[in-house]
Amino acid sequence: MSEKTPIDIVRASREDRFLARDIIAGLITDFQELHGDRAQGDDPAIIGGVGLLGEQPVTVIAINRGAEIAEKLQTRNGSPEASGYRKALRLMQQADRFNRPIITFINTPGAFPGKTAEEGGVGQAIAESILQSMSFKVPMIAVIYGEGGSGGALALATSNRVWMFEHAIYAMLSPEGFASILFKDAKRADEAAALLGLTPQELLTAHVVDRVIPEMDNHTAFYEQLRLDLKNEIADLQKLSTTELIAQRQQRFAQFS
Amino acid sequence: MTQLFENNPDKFKHTAPADARTRGQKGDWVTCAFCGAQQYKEELGEFLVCGVCGYGFRLGAAQRANMMTDSFTEWHADIEMTTPDFTGYAEKLTRAQAATGLKEAVLTGEAVIEHQRTALAIMDAGFMMGSLGAKTGAKLVALFDDATANDLPVILFSASGGARMQEGIRSLMQLANVSAAIARHREAGLVYIVVLTDPTMGGVTASFAMQGDIILSEPHALVGFAGRRVIEQTIHETLPKDFQRAEHMQASGFIDAIVARPELQHYLGQLLRVHQAPKEDAHV
Repeated sequence: MSEKTPIDIVRASREDRFLARDIIAGLITDFQELHGDRAQGDDPAIIGGVGLLGEQPVTVIAINRGAEIAEKLQTRNGSPEASGYRKALRLMQQADRFNRPIITFINTPGAFPGKTAEEGGVGQAIAESILQSMSFKVPMIAVIYGEGGSGGALALATSNRVWMFEHAIYAMLSPEGFASILFKDAKRADEAAALLGLTPQELLTAHVVDRVIPEMDNHTAFYEQLRLDLKNEIADLQKLSTTELIAQRQQRFAQFS
Repeated sequence: MTQLFENNPDKFKHTAPADARTRGQKGDWVTCAFCGAQQYKEELGEFLVCGVCGYGFRLGAAQRANMMTDSFTEWHADIEMTTPDFTGYAEKLTRAQAATGLKEAVLTGEAVIEHQRTALAIMDAGFMMGSLGAKTGAKLVALFDDATANDLPVILFSASGGARMQEGIRSLMQLANVSAAIARHREAGLVYIVVLTDPTMGGVTASFAMQGDIILSEPHALVGFAGRRVIEQTIHETLPKDFQRAEHMQASGFIDAIVARPELQHYLGQLLRVHQAPKEDAHV
């Protein structure tokens, strides 16, 4: 595993080594993208749809940072608007109705801090996603594959299992934001990164995540292994009754108080 | 459980210096944090409301309990937990405790409002800006779970800058932890009413402050997710004065009603009456 310092991992997490569409293509067959929140729009920062994980039908939701500049601008570098979270929630509700496990892939600096997001009620959209996730009757697995930024990441990570890529981070605030608030100096991000406990190994020790996924340069082999791990985990979770599945998900977060 | 007060004219016997924040000396001038109007303290009246714009001055949790209920009994006063060893955190906590007379940023308990029992949570912006730490979360979870066990509605007055910096990811996890308890309360068919007060921001907006069946607000309360400065730096424009204020949020569709503080207790009483389960034998 990684010998990197926390700030090295922060930088690596922002490098776009894995793209949302590549992850979906690498893991899911017959993926069909489903668009829109059925209320006001279709946020390209969240890709959602249905497909097969091996033979298992699943709903997939992925935060999308985009591949090149034009798409990065459209997705605000993977910062969803309220509408994006509402699309994700709609697809999770649909998965719940049709008894499909839900896999979310997370990589965001956070929900979009903008006028449109505030007026669209991005806080309310995240709140509703978290609340309803606590009652879904299907297995839910979240995979943080880059940045796991605050509430905007948690909105899709209230799952039975939370996994992280080896060079991903998960924190309540960016190290830059943390440094500017606590030290009044955003340049001390390296110190902040060390204090935040945002690396996969630290989060594993703290039971915030359940598994760290070693990255490989050979993406074909990497996706092969990840597909197998996800299939096995879903099969294990499917052995639980609905009540046990919901209780396990809720209990997962009760350990932090 | 600690009996804090019960139907007596001086209801809340709170001796901590919390009220110093708004009590002041006779003849003191105060400035409205929303409209900037200056007035004598006593002109604010018993509800501490700006005579010009109707903004409700920030209240301590105990002061709020006294103002909004017929009686109040504190629950979970003694929940203890280890705090992370973060530079300066222990001192900050001690200072906040001394300033507010509270052990944590939220006061929880059972109240009577217009003859009806309800579970009640009141956050205190004077306690580390009402930030959400692990113990804050634990108290809220205990409140919702005890309300569920006792068939009680929950009323929550929110006031928070968001997650508590010093607790890192553990603070973020409270958004999920409290939401799970709210899901259990909701599953039991019980009503949850939120009153947004100034300010309600960040992770608290992105969780339990926006999960109410009914969401009320005090006039001009600041309500939002991202901070104003962060937004202005991101979109490179200056935001209007009413941005993220309750009136603007209501126009955007996220607040059921904005209720002036003097009418709030009666308004809550009415809502509790509407949500009382009809008795099984009512039609016999």
